[in-house]
Amino acid sequence: MTKTVTKQKASPPASLLKCPTGIQGLDEITCGGLPHGRTTLVCGGAGCGKTLLGIEFLVRGAMLHNEPGVFFAFEETAEELAQNVRSLGFDLDDLIEKKKLAVDYIYIERSEIEETGEYDLEGLFIRLGYAIDSIGAKRVVLDTLETLFSGLSNVAIVRAELRRLFRWLKQKGVTTIVTAERGDGTLTRHGLEEYVADCVLSLDHRVAGQISTRRLRVVKYRGSTHATNEFPFLIDEGGISVLPITSLQLQHQASIERISSGVPGLDAMLGGQGFFRGSSVLLSGTAGVGKTSLSCHAANACCRRDERCLYFAFEESEAQLLRNMRSIGLDLEPWVKKGLLRFQVARPTMNGLEMHLASIHKQVEAFQPHLVIVDPVTSFLSSGTDTEATSMVIRLVDYLKSHQITALLTNLNHAGSVLEQTDVAISSLIDTWMLLRDIELNGERNRGLYILKSRGMAHSNQIREFLLTERGIQLTEVYLGPEGVLTGSARLSQEAKEQAMAEDRRLEAERKRENLARRQQSLEAQIAVLQLQFQTDKEEMERDIASEQAYVEKLDQSRNEMARSRKADSKGLPVSPKKGRK
Amino acid sequence: MKTQSDPTPHEVQTEKPKLWQLRLYVAGQSPKSVAAFANLKRLCEEHLAGEFEIEVIDLIENPRLAKDDQIVAIPTLVRKLPEPIRKIIGDLSDTERTLVGLQLRPSTK
Repeated sequence: MTKTVTKQKASPPASLLKCPTGIQGLDEITCGGLPHGRTTLVCGGAGCGKTLLGIEFLVRGAMLHNEPGVFFAFEETAEELAQNVRSLGFDLDDLIEKKKLAVDYIYIERSEIEETGEYDLEGLFIRLGYAIDSIGAKRVVLDTLETLFSGLSNVAIVRAELRRLFRWLKQKGVTTIVTAERGDGTLTRHGLEEYVADCVLSLDHRVAGQISTRRLRVVKYRGSTHATNEFPFLIDEGGISVLPITSLQLQHQASIERISSGVPGLDAMLGGQGFFRGSSVLLSGTAGVGKTSLSCHAANACCRRDERCLYFAFEESEAQLLRNMRSIGLDLEPWVKKGLLRFQVARPTMNGLEMHLASIHKQVEAFQPHLVIVDPVTSFLSSGTDTEATSMVIRLVDYLKSHQITALLTNLNHAGSVLEQTDVAISSLIDTWMLLRDIELNGERNRGLYILKSRGMAHSNQIREFLLTERGIQLTEVYLGPEGVLTGSARLSQEAKEQAMAEDRRLEAERKRENLARRQQSLEAQIAVLQLQFQTDKEEMERDIASEQAYVEKLDQSRNEMARSRKADSKGLPVSPKKGRK
Repeated sequence: MKTQSDPTPHEVQTEKPKLWQLRLYVAGQSPKSVAAFANLKRLCEEHLAGEFEIEVIDLIENPRLAKDDQIVAIPTLVRKLPEPIRKIIGDLSDTERTLVGLQLRPSTK
């Protein structure tokens, strides 16, 4: 035995060897499990799940890690135990038959025992040793050792024997869980933590606002890092699940696939293609702005792709939702009948937050949806404090993300609160955040939608007017002009006004064009007349010129003829002497 | 198998049908076990001469037997008969308490 112990100590050079419990979430907060070959103390008040934790440790060990286990019950008989955990799906009898589990019931009743002189607890050691050896157990649970204190009066002997027991268990190399009742102001009533120094888990069951929550904390873990917070845990049909917020590992895949939001106008705003698959989408707005209607469109689009959609409605019943959606031309009933759409309707105050989360987990596991809608996520505030609700929503978003499920959450803003803020303070977790808001103008209230952020895609920065019509949601551009931002009937009248103005202008232009044509025509006519006149004048003048010419020629001719008739010597002589005489 | 175990704590028997059936659980030859057997034998011979039967069970040899009588402490003396079953733990060095435990003496004392 000592050989194996030294071997174990030698083999892991730096870190402690750990024994995975197989309990959902517990291995994450203990960074791998309980200390291997050592004793872990699980303490807590009555009814907080100590026995169950022990049983599940053994059952998971036997089933998942092929490590047989021994359960020593001091409070319940083997039959009672088997019966109690059957509802959690653990079949102890089957495991016992397969030699994967041994259960021994130890009964000590002080009134039936007389103590006379010296004794030790060798009987217990022998029984334990026999049980361990008979199935080759690697795991041991002692539930609850403290019964020894009430069954035996010689406390000095019990203490000494317990010390010896823990040493002996360590030597045996078995990983052990010892449970103990919480004491007044101490971890355990009889100070068992003095003996078990390696790892201590504390379970707690608290009621706040009439809703109870179980919590688990690693009080100490020698030689290992561990999460130090208190973590809520659940006990349901699947056993214990610890839900560590720190299991947010932020290692989920990032899909580049895009899915439609169900509203073409909105898809256009989101880079033309809609949301990323597996992203988390938040839709916030005050009452009556159309959050549910938009969510139903997304559900419709999801079902149209032949994908499953799980709709958690906390404010309306399924029938009411279906009826209301029909009024905007959206018939979801065929999808429900086809099994693609499932509504999960519950009042938020029905359960504590942890139960809500658990039931969502379970539904998601069972239905395997592609889209999960939580409408509205703010209802969780009524079942817990703000911080609890926030942590719950964070875990929900993370859980869905890690499963590549698109999450659509709606956030109900209260009138007067800051719009760009969520009541559950989850905005930083959200990939695509759309804001629906009222725009009040000229005595009427209209809806506007804009995208506050959308990680990883080009998206519109414009406000769109959001219309609920008989044919579903339509997004139209708001009127943006010299008059400012106008919506609703103001937008319509402004649009009509503008149209009239444009018509006027068009007519005016037409008139001017005709005018111009007429002017041109008349001008051309005038030009024609002038040209005609000019032609006439020209002809007349040419005629005059010609007649003048003819006259001159005629004169010349007649003079020559005259000269010839006078038989003058030479031409021109008689003229010049006349001139000279003078 | 039940009747006999290790060398020293021997079974003591008389011939008549026994009114008292006592069973002593021990673990090997520990001083407490040896002392318990010696004390028991002396006590029975003093108070129940001829009417008792002692069965000694060594759990180191037969560990599975510990379960039946719900043995935790060693040594444990179990009074099987007369009924009801009584358990006395310890080395039986306190004679008075042992007698009270066996209901051979009223507990008022």
